[in-house]
Amino acid sequence: MTASSVKKKITGTLTCIAAGVLIVAVALYLVLPILALFFRITPDLFLASLADPEVKAALSLSLVTSVISLAIVILVGTPFAYIHCRNQYPGKMLVDTIIDLPLVLPPAVAGMALLVLYGRAGLVGKYANIFGISIAFTTLAVIMAQIFVASPFYLRQAKSLFDQLDPAYELTARTLGASPARVFAHVVVPLTASGLVSGAVMTFGRALGEFGATIMFAGNLPGVTQTMPLAVYVNLAGDFNVGLTISILLVLISFTIMIAIRFLAKTEVSHA
Amino acid sequence: MLEAVIKKQLRDFSLDLSFSVNDGSIFVLMGENGAGKTTVLNCIAGLMGPDAGSIRFNSSVVFDAGIGINIPVEERRIGFVFQRSAVFPHMTVGENIAFGLRARRKPTVFIKERVGHWLKAMHIEDLVDVKAGNLSGGQKQRVALARALAIEPALLMLDEPFTGLDAENIRLVKELTRTFVTSMKIPCLIVTHRVIDCRDVGDNACIICRGKKEWEGKPENLPGCSCRNDYV
Repeated sequence: MTASSVKKKITGTLTCIAAGVLIVAVALYLVLPILALFFRITPDLFLASLADPEVKAALSLSLVTSVISLAIVILVGTPFAYIHCRNQYPGKMLVDTIIDLPLVLPPAVAGMALLVLYGRAGLVGKYANIFGISIAFTTLAVIMAQIFVASPFYLRQAKSLFDQLDPAYELTARTLGASPARVFAHVVVPLTASGLVSGAVMTFGRALGEFGATIMFAGNLPGVTQTMPLAVYVNLAGDFNVGLTISILLVLISFTIMIAIRFLAKTEVSHA
Repeated sequence: MLEAVIKKQLRDFSLDLSFSVNDGSIFVLMGENGAGKTTVLNCIAGLMGPDAGSIRFNSSVVFDAGIGINIPVEERRIGFVFQRSAVFPHMTVGENIAFGLRARRKPTVFIKERVGHWLKAMHIEDLVDVKAGNLSGGQKQRVALARALAIEPALLMLDEPFTGLDAENIRLVKELTRTFVTSMKIPCLIVTHRVIDCRDVGDNACIICRGKKEWEGKPENLPGCSCRNDYV
């Protein structure tokens, strides 16, 4: 064996080791804090905390509000994204940017902005208040904050799916006599369904984890506006086990969401 | 009979074309990529509006810039087979063929009968419940043809219908197209860039170049392929 081939072999081994260390380091950095959550609590304590009315209230509030937010985002967002993609109109670029804005905006700022508009003394809120309608610090505010922060995940996905869809499908359907609404319902939505569902799952996950905008705009009233992430925060200074239990629940839900997306990505319809 | 006079300003040149196609006759539109062939089909289908001109099927006017008539695409009753067939991959073969009839709210019994008829006519009866996304290229093209013809169109248009098919399927699609254009007595417009397809299937042909008619006549007299490799 020559000296140069030995040197090559050593370099190869070192590269392998370095690559392995890098992968393990990144994976551990992400997974260790999550694992720590599970090791910090015993199964008995976890189950006991699950029965805590505060946990139950936060869990059901979070699930109900996130489902409502998701339903609104899908019902309004799908036709919106389609109309937006298929038409040229003045200010389209601007609308494109506005859609993405909540992604980069700090959630606390989003909450502040919602409060300034819909709060008791807000631009819109003060007129609503005249009719005895209060928006801020209600469950409605929780939903509004979630929609504001989470909708871009769905809208972006829907936009890119509609942009990528071969126009021949829609044009064929039109020549066959279908109205634009029928084309949308029978051709466009089914052909993009799996992608839309994965966008919806991401949106649901983001809505479920919403914290900053909610605490600013909806407050922290147990059973009314105290969602799971808020309950985690409150229990940092309260019952630590309750905080841990809710955190673990959120981890489990997030994990399920990620698996669901992976699964959906694999079952995408093959286009002709 | 189809009579079309189409004028439309495109990005690099203006389309200015007039031609007519008799019932039961196949007219082949040839030309280089970007010559305006697909735009002509889109204008006739109503997917694009010409700037000027008129389009009529037999006596009915579907477009006339002069008197402001522009019948919407879904009411023109045109069987339009797009490039790569565009069968709906999420639907079965049967649902694909039924699509236009359902959109036109025909009775269920009637739709079932028509679908059965076209499955048989296209020799795809055994594929009725197969998802169209799983078909071969030749099968897709036959489904697309059946779907287009099922609405009993006043005109059949095929955009590059032979691309990507093997020899046997090209022969079959040509034969089926000829059969139904003759039996249904409708005009047919085919866009292709291959001389051999034009000669096999066309009754009349025309070559367009940058939106203008360069040549029109019988396919057997088509100018040779000496200078234009892409017509071979």
